[in-house]
Amino acid sequence: MTTRDLKIKSINYRKKILKYIRGANAGHTGGSLSSTDILNVLYNHVLNVSPANFSSPDRDRYIQSKGHCVEALFVVLADQGFFPEEDLNTLCKYKSHYIGHPTRKVKGIEQNTGALGHGLPISTGIALAAKMDKKDFRVFTLLGDGEIPEGSNWEAALSAAHYKLDNLCAIIDKNNLQITASTATVMNTDPLDKKFESFGWAVKEVNGNDVDALKTIFDNLPFEKGKPSLVIAHTIKGKGVSYMENELKWHHGVPDKEQYDLAIQELDSALTEL
Amino acid sequence: MSEQINTNTYKANLEIFSETLQRLASGDRNIIAVTSDSRGSGKLVPFGKKFPEQMVEVGIAEQNLVGVAAGLASCGKKVYAVSPACFLTARALEQIKNDVAYSDNPVKVVGISAGVSYGPLGSTHHSLHDYAALRAINNIIIVAPADNFETEQAIELASATNQPIYLRFGKKPMPPLKEVNEDVFTFGKGRIITDGNDVAIIAAGETVYPALQAAKRLKEKNIAATVVSMHTIKPLDTGLLKTVAGKCKAIVTVEEHSVYGGLGEACASFLLQNGMGKPFKIIGIPDEYTVTGSQQDIFNHYGISEKGIADVVLSLLNN
Repeated sequence: MTTRDLKIKSINYRKKILKYIRGANAGHTGGSLSSTDILNVLYNHVLNVSPANFSSPDRDRYIQSKGHCVEALFVVLADQGFFPEEDLNTLCKYKSHYIGHPTRKVKGIEQNTGALGHGLPISTGIALAAKMDKKDFRVFTLLGDGEIPEGSNWEAALSAAHYKLDNLCAIIDKNNLQITASTATVMNTDPLDKKFESFGWAVKEVNGNDVDALKTIFDNLPFEKGKPSLVIAHTIKGKGVSYMENELKWHHGVPDKEQYDLAIQELDSALTEL
Repeated sequence: MSEQINTNTYKANLEIFSETLQRLASGDRNIIAVTSDSRGSGKLVPFGKKFPEQMVEVGIAEQNLVGVAAGLASCGKKVYAVSPACFLTARALEQIKNDVAYSDNPVKVVGISAGVSYGPLGSTHHSLHDYAALRAINNIIIVAPADNFETEQAIELASATNQPIYLRFGKKPMPPLKEVNEDVFTFGKGRIITDGNDVAIIAAGETVYPALQAAKRLKEKNIAATVVSMHTIKPLDTGLLKTVAGKCKAIVTVEEHSVYGGLGEACASFLLQNGMGKPFKIIGIPDEYTVTGSQQDIFNHYGISEKGIADVVLSLLNN
């Protein structure tokens, strides 16, 4: 897929994320928008996974540790054909499978996540299973920068390096904000690169809202043979909607009609500029 | 006093676990043991030597132990995640809930040295909450085998069961409950060890043996007891409960667990809600940090013993 096509997809994904969050009157808007380009590049350029091969033991795995940003994942999975997009009209509604965190009741979802600090240990187990069975599939997991203080992440970081899981790639969506305040204020985790490197990981940093840069980064996996790879993706929370960008209140803010129209207008305008 | 168990004659359920797992692993490379520096306490050193490719060590990190086990199980591995029950079911409770039960990854969560097996090491090392915590979590079978037979059967059955399971046992040598085991062991079906119409003593794990001794003592007083090994705490064998409640005058439950939220309360809840209330007593560890001492000292102190159980039965029947 060309860079232009990916950019068009990112904008359309963002429009849909806002549409369904507004429909549900709930959702994690800022983080879904910060991670949109990462999910776009993963599903349209990197992952060997599709509705057709989803039951194959050889498919690539994607585990979303930052489960609360499920709206971005749902929109991308619908675009991949895992389920009809109109299903998302039931988002967060009574008896819907499309709830505020990933569940396996939705086709395309690998694991039930939502409690933070769970994606990396599970992904480590999956990557170990691939090594045991001498399979070539890869495992990707997306973490939020706010969940990094969970101790289970560091337990898994140790074991992934110990077992030389170079088929594992963790991505940190580093948008620098979490529900209370800036991540640096709540609990400083920097420097992430040095921390993970000292744990035995190969680390690269990228503009996580630049699809071209993301393509290049993922094309170079593993960064080092015998080491798990970490991508520190520098992103903007609320990316694509100027009044939401870097604004804490859009962590799980839902736009009203006027705000929604303004956001769509801005995204449409960005489309015409491509 | 309870009969002193000859350690030269009998094996601990833990040893049977290790032997059974080795036997299973020799014919199935998908059998995986995951340990958290617990291969020694889990008697899994021989397993690790024979099947190094089928053992995953995560270090002292129980949350990761269960998360990694879930990931392995999601790829078709038959995973036994082995760690002392006290740490496994407290520190990694959220991983058991979300990564195993909610995500439906069929991990065999194995709590070793359960209950007060670690006796004098104190309450940090006791697991008296695990039935209660796990009973409230959907989609996990809870099993506490009583003797070597039940342990072997449970480990074998677990490998063929595509559902999350919690297996819990101790490290004391356990005599057989029956001389000949002709019955079929199934999760969710309690075993009648002795049959009688005066009282039902429903026990689980290492407390079944003193329950059986109590039944023998009661027999000398012409009191006929049914002793049930209710090895599966969840799903509870409600059919068997109905049967024993229908024929016995009183019911006593025995468990190596807090009296809150375990086997006893599970039985009481079912019986009361089905109009089958009987004179009823739960024997277990009261709501306190236990007296210090060995497992046997603690059992004796709280009446998880031949005399303690028999006394409770006599008191219930006399009232």
